[in-house]
Amino acid sequence: MTAPVLEVRSLSKRFGGLVASDTIDLDVNPGEIHALIGPNGAGKTTLIAQLCGELTQDSGAIHLDGAPLAGLPPASRTALGMARTFQITDLLPDFTAAENVALAVQVRDGHSFRLFRDVRRDADLRARALDHLASIDMADRADILVSSLSHGEAKLLELAVALATSPKLLLLDEPMAGLGPTESAAMIETLRALKSRAAILLVEHDMDAVFSLANRVSVLVHGRIIATGTVAEIRDDPAVRAAYLGEGDA
Amino acid sequence: MRDARPWVIAAILGLLVALPWIADAIGQPALTGMMTRALIYGIAAASLNLALGYGGMVSFGHAAFFGIGAYTVGILYAHHSSGEPFLGLIPGTDRLILTIPAAMVVSGLMAAVIGALSLRTTGVQFIMITLAFAQMLFFLFVSLEAYGGDDGLIIRRANEFIGLNLRDKATMYWLCLAFAAATLLILHRIVNSRFGMAIAGLRQSERRMQVIGLHPWRYRLAAFTLSGMGAGLAGALMANYLRFASPDMLHWTKSGELMIMVILGGVGTLIGPFLGAFAFIALESSLAARTEHWPLALGLILLLVVLWTRGGLRALLLRMGHRR
Repeated sequence: MTAPVLEVRSLSKRFGGLVASDTIDLDVNPGEIHALIGPNGAGKTTLIAQLCGELTQDSGAIHLDGAPLAGLPPASRTALGMARTFQITDLLPDFTAAENVALAVQVRDGHSFRLFRDVRRDADLRARALDHLASIDMADRADILVSSLSHGEAKLLELAVALATSPKLLLLDEPMAGLGPTESAAMIETLRALKSRAAILLVEHDMDAVFSLANRVSVLVHGRIIATGTVAEIRDDPAVRAAYLGEGDA
Repeated sequence: MRDARPWVIAAILGLLVALPWIADAIGQPALTGMMTRALIYGIAAASLNLALGYGGMVSFGHAAFFGIGAYTVGILYAHHSSGEPFLGLIPGTDRLILTIPAAMVVSGLMAAVIGALSLRTTGVQFIMITLAFAQMLFFLFVSLEAYGGDDGLIIRRANEFIGLNLRDKATMYWLCLAFAAATLLILHRIVNSRFGMAIAGLRQSERRMQVIGLHPWRYRLAAFTLSGMGAGLAGALMANYLRFASPDMLHWTKSGELMIMVILGGVGTLIGPFLGAFAFIALESSLAARTEHWPLALGLILLLVVLWTRGGLRALLLRMGHRR
């Protein structure tokens, strides 16, 4: 078996008396969509924050493609191949869709201390940005300001921006949140197509999406991973049903 | 700039170049001096705007860099006339070709140091910490008796520059006009470069920029330093114009005035700060002639501009231009 892209080992984080992450072990393999589910307050957001470097873990280790991430700021983790999208989209509202992607391409190129060349005349940069937009079927929205995009388009654009950083791992924080039924279906197909470009850790509440996309599912409850397995295994796991799925059905 | 028609720009440029002659012809020679001051403050405000408007770093301490630029010229001149090197090492000079770069380097270094520390914070803390640093420098120069202390430092003669007589009002005006044009051109290049995109991105969302792999602090610091250098250039020109450098130039009220000029003219625009500086100087001199409570009137006008122009004087002018 090949080495996992993301390897999390006994990761722990507490806030005062609250254990937000309790010795979490988690792997994401190449070419895999690994879904992370759990009820509200289970510690999903805290886990993501530690993975991408917004929070530092109290103990435990995170490796991305073999490289230890401890102590690295978010920007350095991106350089190593970690990309993420946000539950509440966070894009640059004064820039167009193409400019948002172009910035990510530009940063991937290396430093941005080029002070005198007009970036808008950089045809190569724009072409590469348009490629990424085309891969999520948004080439025709390239010159629309982000503040004028619909919610669904903004969600997709975040994916394009993430892809522009040439990621090894995509950390997707509720990509379905707030999408209508048609948009959700389209997003599921887009994500399925992305699997070949990067391994994906998918945090999602939409169970239809999780069950149709995920190769494996991990269930996080009270900061602990209580089960990891295939969709079928998770669906039949009594502990999971009690802790989570049952609660959802009620 | 981009929205203005070329002939409008040409006409304005022509008027600006011809201003000293026009001022003499209409019997208002004081206009030339006023416009010189407006151009110098325009350079300072436009530089501040790189940090404030484009980069979203609300610096309340840019007068420090302005003042340091002025004092660099003054101190170099003092050592030039006394013949004793500064700190026993650096010989004084009265050559503009040396004093201007020196002023920009010293103010840039100061901006780098202050920025390196201040940019660990954001928001109100950043405003307060830049204000605090600037006030520290203000009191430093107040207590620096060797260089005039409270009274300021008189520069007996303006700097030498390729045989030009900088004491001549018109010559000084054209020199400042040339520096203002160069500043505008350089800023235009910077804000449209990859670097400019990066700092404008940081203004909109630091989190987003980190996630695409950009280290915010380095870029903010570079922009802040460039911004400080521009303010230092303005200070050096002001020292030559007034033949005087004083602690007042570093006072926090001066930082406030620069901010007012930026807001009055249009935050995050190239030409806005220059418009703001012109408006500020014009208002100051016309209101001050009528009442000693002129800051109150100025405050009211600023309030109106902020509330009703949606983007300062530049936006107002553009809309008037489109309506025609």
